[in-house]
Amino acid sequence: MKRALPSDSIRLLIPALSLTILLIAVFYLQPRAMSYVGLNLLFNLAVPIALATIAQMLIMTVNDLDLSMGTFVSFVACVAATFLQATPVIGVLILVAAIATYAALGVLIHVRTLPSIVVTLGMSFVWGGLAVLILPAPGGHAPEWARAVMISRPPLVPMAIIACVVIAMVAHFVIMRSSIGVILRGVGGNARSVERAGWSILGARAATYALAAFFAILAGISLVGLTTSADANIALRYTLLSIAGVILGGGEFTGGRVSPIGAVIGALTLTLAGSFLSFLRISPDWQIGAQGAILIVVLGLRLLLNRLENREKRS
Amino acid sequence: MTAIPLRKAVIEVADAKVSFGAVKALDGVTMRILPGECVGLVGHNGAGKSTIVNVINGGLSPHQGTIACGGEPMPRYGIAAARANGVRCVFQELSLCPNLTVIENTRVMHRTLAGWGWRQRAARIIGDKLDEIFPGHGIDPTGVVGDLSIAERQMVEIATAFSQVAQPVKLVILDEPTSSLDATLATQLLGYVRSFVETGGSVIFISHILGEILSTSDRIVVMKDGKVVTDRPAGEFDEHSLVAAMGSVVKGRDQEKRVKETAGLTPRLSQSSRRGKGLPFQAFPGEIIGLAGLGGHGQTDTLVNLYLGRTGSWFRRPEAQVAFIAGDRALNGVFPLWSILKNLTIADLPGLSRSGIVSEPAEADVGQAWKERIEIRTQNVGNPILSLSGGNQQKVLFARALATPAPAVLMDDPMRGVDIGTKQEVYAILRAEADKGRTFVWYSTEMDEVRLCDRVYVFNNGIIVAELKGDDVTEKNILAASFMGAAA
Amino acid sequence: MNIFASLSRKPWIWSFVAAFVVWIATILFTGGTSAIGLSQAALTFAAFSILVGIGQMFVITLGPGNIDLCVPATMTLAGTIALKFMQVDNSLILPGLVVAVAIGAVVGMGNFALIKLLQIPPIIATLSMSFIVQSTAIWTNRGLRIKPPQALAKFTTETTIGIPHVALVALVLSVFAFILLQKTVYGRWIAAIGQSNRAARMAGIPVDGTRFVTYILCAVLAAFCGYLLASFSGGAALNMGSEYLLMSIAVVVIGGTAVAGGNSNVAGIWGASLFMFLVVSMLNTYGAGAGIRLIMTGLIIIAVIVAAGGRNPNQR
Repeated sequence: MKRALPSDSIRLLIPALSLTILLIAVFYLQPRAMSYVGLNLLFNLAVPIALATIAQMLIMTVNDLDLSMGTFVSFVACVAATFLQATPVIGVLILVAAIATYAALGVLIHVRTLPSIVVTLGMSFVWGGLAVLILPAPGGHAPEWARAVMISRPPLVPMAIIACVVIAMVAHFVIMRSSIGVILRGVGGNARSVERAGWSILGARAATYALAAFFAILAGISLVGLTTSADANIALRYTLLSIAGVILGGGEFTGGRVSPIGAVIGALTLTLAGSFLSFLRISPDWQIGAQGAILIVVLGLRLLLNRLENREKRS
Repeated sequence: MTAIPLRKAVIEVADAKVSFGAVKALDGVTMRILPGECVGLVGHNGAGKSTIVNVINGGLSPHQGTIACGGEPMPRYGIAAARANGVRCVFQELSLCPNLTVIENTRVMHRTLAGWGWRQRAARIIGDKLDEIFPGHGIDPTGVVGDLSIAERQMVEIATAFSQVAQPVKLVILDEPTSSLDATLATQLLGYVRSFVETGGSVIFISHILGEILSTSDRIVVMKDGKVVTDRPAGEFDEHSLVAAMGSVVKGRDQEKRVKETAGLTPRLSQSSRRGKGLPFQAFPGEIIGLAGLGGHGQTDTLVNLYLGRTGSWFRRPEAQVAFIAGDRALNGVFPLWSILKNLTIADLPGLSRSGIVSEPAEADVGQAWKERIEIRTQNVGNPILSLSGGNQQKVLFARALATPAPAVLMDDPMRGVDIGTKQEVYAILRAEADKGRTFVWYSTEMDEVRLCDRVYVFNNGIIVAELKGDDVTEKNILAASFMGAAA
Repeated sequence: MNIFASLSRKPWIWSFVAAFVVWIATILFTGGTSAIGLSQAALTFAAFSILVGIGQMFVITLGPGNIDLCVPATMTLAGTIALKFMQVDNSLILPGLVVAVAIGAVVGMGNFALIKLLQIPPIIATLSMSFIVQSTAIWTNRGLRIKPPQALAKFTTETTIGIPHVALVALVLSVFAFILLQKTVYGRWIAAIGQSNRAARMAGIPVDGTRFVTYILCAVLAAFCGYLLASFSGGAALNMGSEYLLMSIAVVVIGGTAVAGGNSNVAGIWGASLFMFLVVSMLNTYGAGAGIRLIMTGLIIIAVIVAAGGRNPNQR
């Protein structure tokens, strides 16, 4: 065989390696983190970020970008902490309407060939406004069940780890293994040939957006489960974190090249980067900066690897 | 598939007409494909081969004419109807999703591959078909298509088209299927085509390698200028008669050629032969050089490389060496939001400005001068560029390049879709500019244009296979070099 | 009549009409008492959006995918460091300005270096850069709030014949940007690149050089805006740039600049910036909450982009 590894595995190699190195460094600096409680603390906040990253990844699968991810997750958190907790039926209805809105956005973007960046930019104001309407001041209560799931203590392996593995597996199955996921990725890779094979690109895009909304809703609910209360600005950083997570995990902006497992690893890496620096006793001032630096380093590594691979192919 | 009554055409296109603007891509083509035959389809660039293929696979509705499948007229023929009737197509440009695996691409092409265990089924179908067509192919169906070589992708695409999932495969269109396969693979494919045809399937086979066409087809259809000019059993042709059939019916007037003595002169542009194969490229002052051969055999790449190597991406070189005239106007020529004037002057703005500010009077003068010189049909050069017809847009692109001081002009098939009157005007300007010492490098897919050149390089598979000078620049020689060269 | 006809064809006119309607509606509600105050406030706050909007407009003109997400971080960093450098000393006002501009230039170079060297889309390059710039700002600031030099604070908050100084500054820079876009070779080049990168390259335009300058220009304008905003609000705050991320893009879109690139519009940014501020104050005076204001803003952006249509037809 000419190649030892298919390119999908190579794509996962660098994210996995970065996470491992970071994890080893954290354990070295703070051996106490190597425990059940320690791991749970390290990765707790990674669960909603991982879900939001999967949602963003879905949008990127069809070569679009969602700039409203952060405000949407905040909106869902507000709904979860109020309606979903007090009057579950209305809460569920609101969330279903949100999914429908996302599907409609997909249709609008496709039919009018609008730039997704601008449409979702506008939506970010809308979701933010709705969140403020629902919850003008921080407050609300997490639904009991969400709280129960998020703080549960399964034996041996902490909840955060199990949740991340489950998220990665489910997303991997839906997007990478199922026959529908193939079509969605095909739209990102070569929309014309998918269309020539008789598929509706419009339908595929609407489905992708709806699915993304579903994962983003899970992100919002799990976030409330962790924080017990919500506010309208609770997840604003998720827009940028989710994009960064997808890219860190080996995904690309165009061409339908995404990796759900990589995306979850990317989200974990970004979460861990913060803890790593605080263990290093570097001032928390540099936490965000470190995320940027890690992003740049990983992208640099990827470029290097791609170059080497191409050179190998050519020779 | 044996259920179909014998000798009823799999597909029948009658009197199909398609035109793109002024160009008649299909001018009344009638084609019947019977079960159990392989039809070879040949013709030079722009003869209408791709258009008729697009009509048959449902991607294009003819503006006039009818389509019937198995004897039934199909008034609403489209992609879905074509697939339902067992028509499959292997496109010239690769049409797999590069981010998906071979199995997943099979799934995209076959709607019914779904539900539990679809991966195993798809793997079996595509794997079996690959084994059947290309024994010993060594392609891993779980591999990502982007990692495969071009030849491997072509093999996958061919196997996907022939594989049967729900509807029986009745007609497979192969558009240059062997262009990226080596001799062994090509032989395997042609062998499979014969066995497919013998079991009652039909194939439309397009290739520029005449040997393949002659050995594989039962019947050969020759197209020229959107019409079928010859339709006879393959046994009645040999390579020479086939080339002759593709040539012009009317003998074009060959104008006087000037063969310049170039020995000892320094070329204005030069490029060594690619990967050590083929002839090197050289262009001298005052020459009009043609790049000929079938479309997509490296002519555009050569022009683009010549251009990019002589212009800066960070800084503008103070003295322009080359100018470029695009063939694909919409893709890399016209700036659609702008006026005619701005489109005309963009290539030489620094020449019209002082300390960075564009001098509007100077710009207007240039616009007026060129409007008159090449007769752009507009009241006002301030009108939007898109208000012009295609031919006049192309004139603006000509003026853009000619208005620069660059001594060499590269032309990437710029006359595509331009009416004959405009063409004549532009030819005269080119000749006049060449007489003043400018060099033109002209890639054209039209034989009449290539024949206007002083010297012609013929391309085949990315390399220059022949150099024709002066009176040797004839249709016969060019066709021979572009078709025969591949066999060597 | 002809004037009206030709005006109505200009895309920027609508943002002005909208701004004017909202202005009237607000003033009518308050019985005319607030006319001067409202106008001055609108001009002042719009000026800051205009400054960052112009920079963002240059970048967006470069075509699909080009966007600078680093604007807020650059504003914060430039404001923070410039104020720290000036040490409330009036004699250091100009050197402080130079420092702010230099910070912008460095950030812009960094942005384009990432885009070019790592071959990553501008959105992720400027995003990574913004993380680092933001951290640098946090690190230098250390929670201290240094006051601007008195003369500078006075200049940014006062008016001349009723017009706020910051608005005058924005006007001067807008005229400069207008000339740059409409009259110079550089302006033609960025518009050409925005319409078709490939065609621009094949017309002999130095594409990389032009984009490099544009990213620097955008960052420098953001830095300058940060310098003014920090002085205006009596000190740099770490979140002072945050609302300008979306605002800088929104005013460009509403102002009639083509999101698909190649066509930019300085005047429209004025209309859009005034409009965005006036909508907020109108809804405020009508007693609508922050939620309604945000929703309205979002719907306006979407309505504008749907009405204006998408990418220009030759792309994709």
